[in-house]
Amino acid sequence: MENLLTVDRLTKAFEIHHLGHIIPAFATLSFSVAPGEFLLLSGPNGVGKSTLLRTLYRTYRPVSGHVWYTLPRGQGRIDLARAADIDIALLRRREIGFVTQFLTARPRVSAEDVVAEPLLQAGTPLQEAREEARHWLETFGVKRDLWAAYPMTFSGGEQQKVNLARALIRPQRLVLLDEPTASLDAQARGALVARLADLKAGGVAMIGVFHHPGDVETLVDREIRLQPMEMANVA
Amino acid sequence: MSLKKLTKDWRAMSYGFLDASAKRELRRKMIKAVAVPGCQMPYASREVPIARGWGTGGLQATLTLLNPRHVVKVIDQGDDDSVNAASIRQFLARVSGAETTLDTLEATLIQSRHRVPEEILREDQILVLQVPNPEPLRPVQPSMAIARQMHADADYGRLWLKLYEEIVRSGRIMQGAEYPALVNGRYVITPSPIPRWDVRKLHMARHLTLLPAGREKRIHAVPPFTRVEPLVFDDVPYKVEDHARVTCSRSGLKGFFMNEIPLDGGGTRYEISDSHLGAKALERAAGEAVRIGETWYKNGEMQ
Amino acid sequence: MITAQMFDAPRLVTQQPLMELSGVSKRYGSVEALRDVSARVYPGEVLGIVGESGSGKSTLLRMMNLEETPDIGDCSLNLPETKGNLFALSRYAARMLRAKKIGIVYQNPHLGLLMHNSSSGNVAERLLIAGERRFYVLREKARDALNASEFPLSRMDAPPIELSGGMQQRVQIAKAIALEPAVLLLDEPTTGLDVSVQALVLDTLKRLQRDRGITMVIVSHDLGVIRTMADRVMVMRRGKVVEEGLVDQVFQDPQHAYTQQLVHAKL
Repeated sequence: MENLLTVDRLTKAFEIHHLGHIIPAFATLSFSVAPGEFLLLSGPNGVGKSTLLRTLYRTYRPVSGHVWYTLPRGQGRIDLARAADIDIALLRRREIGFVTQFLTARPRVSAEDVVAEPLLQAGTPLQEAREEARHWLETFGVKRDLWAAYPMTFSGGEQQKVNLARALIRPQRLVLLDEPTASLDAQARGALVARLADLKAGGVAMIGVFHHPGDVETLVDREIRLQPMEMANVA
Repeated sequence: MSLKKLTKDWRAMSYGFLDASAKRELRRKMIKAVAVPGCQMPYASREVPIARGWGTGGLQATLTLLNPRHVVKVIDQGDDDSVNAASIRQFLARVSGAETTLDTLEATLIQSRHRVPEEILREDQILVLQVPNPEPLRPVQPSMAIARQMHADADYGRLWLKLYEEIVRSGRIMQGAEYPALVNGRYVITPSPIPRWDVRKLHMARHLTLLPAGREKRIHAVPPFTRVEPLVFDDVPYKVEDHARVTCSRSGLKGFFMNEIPLDGGGTRYEISDSHLGAKALERAAGEAVRIGETWYKNGEMQ
Repeated sequence: MITAQMFDAPRLVTQQPLMELSGVSKRYGSVEALRDVSARVYPGEVLGIVGESGSGKSTLLRMMNLEETPDIGDCSLNLPETKGNLFALSRYAARMLRAKKIGIVYQNPHLGLLMHNSSSGNVAERLLIAGERRFYVLREKARDALNASEFPLSRMDAPPIELSGGMQQRVQIAKAIALEPAVLLLDEPTTGLDVSVQALVLDTLKRLQRDRGITMVIVSHDLGVIRTMADRVMVMRRGKVVEEGLVDQVFQDPQHAYTQQLVHAKL
């Protein structure tokens, strides 16, 4: 099967102008991911695992290299390292997801609407989207009486559940997971793993960084171990 | 050929009071105003022996058009007998030798302050309406330079907005006189402060209406057979003054524009505003043979 | 249950900008307000323009509103009824296009509103310019637009002069969206409002964007506003675009020295 993502000699460094410094993050990294594959990024702290995820998502601009992403239905492939911002924005809306442990909620929007938003953006009718949102809030263990409340006021743990429900409500083709299990309780962690397994079975490719990789043991197909400023070793 | 033959004898005053070049300029501006119905044309308003604001624009237009074959009628708020109307009428006769009349049917040139006669005007009659403020946009746009741009762009949204606001605030349109009207589908005019009752008389009228403003030095015109449509919302009908059912206490005429006269004790009585029409009705009632023309309104309804 | 089969949804297409400004320069006397600026606004997105005072961001927005014309440069709108360089339009044509297709909200409500007319009348004015001549329809549409901008309808006939700053901005928003514009331009829409009011107004804008998919361009010197509102950002300085990118990228991985300074000053 054709790879969904082919990373080719990807290099990232941060140039800090006022210090005149260039801080390297990783260099000439190459690997690939097939549809339905779960890739675990590992390595010591500060090695650039999160940086890699963000570079793939284009939150960080790579310095050089390519990230070839295969578009569905024979539309060819697009280099995420170079694609126009507007195309990246479109892909993020439609097929590339990013799951972090932090929620960026807005004031005065209820939890269920926060979760339903990706579906609404995709054109799902409000009622249907809300029902789906409630289903996932339930699954991740957000208390029923909080659904109509504003997540800005929630505790960190509850916020994260809302965040996961929102990030995973819409099936994507590629999901980037940046320590989504940190500070989750057992029920939510179980729900998350179940949802990820479900998505994986549906052909969604995933690349993840986990504080406790044990959480997702059953899902991992391959592991890439990043080492300080060296090429990754593909396990 | 001598110089003597080419020039005219010295006279104390030009014919029709205004000098020939002033009249020539006004004639040109009148032609322009007729050519672009409703568009305000600037002109060099001259001094005439009445004060600005008392009909100097009207007087200049009338003086320009006058010749000895004209029969002149002067109206002041419908009335032929006011001091102002009488003085202007006398003055016009003196400087031109034209005949004067009180009867709308006999007149060929009618200078009027804020009324259109009730009897239908003919092709051979000219109505000169005195205009204090020719600019319909003045209430909504203090800068005349911008107002001119707005006319050029047919940008009349603010005028409509004013009407909207009146309905919102008062439940109906309060604008009485000076009701803005769209001429020939292009320019909005303020048709001198004639009442709403009279605005419809200008629509597709057979006569020429000239609207000169002396103080503001601008003239506009409504040529014969030109559309004059008061600005009115599609779903809020245009209403004229509520005089249809009112009877004149002197002449007994009914269904015309009336003057309301307060009485001691709080009551009111009405008199017909077009005073000579009232006079003719009284003469006819006394058995005299007077001719009363067709009127625009019949039984208070515009025909 | 929504499943992975949803991928039969619409696909990535080569996206056409809705509005495109290219090579725009403008000089006021000795001041170069804009220097060879190009900008693209794509359908359905929120484009943020950020920069300090005098960076040219508001001038650029006014050009998008066809209020100002540049010394050189083109503007095009990808709509069936427009073609060619819109800066070449007559004043009249630009006004009609603006009335029907472009909405704007100014920082200063005095620029965008008739302070002594009713609020509903302010909204109605835009419909009147576009040729609506039915009083009750005007009223209905004004009410709908005010309602959509979360303005209390009990005050719909109050003049803006009697309203708070936040409410005045809502009237401006209602006026701007009354005709379903192709693009909504926001010039520092919440600057000068209390923080809590600012959040509410931004939230209304977000909701409008989500529910109606209105394309927006928002100018602000406030990075927080840009971060909550925009999908993409242009960073301007001294009349030039120094950096352009996705909002998270510009804030988290700014490339240009000036942007780094700006972002770090904020955080």
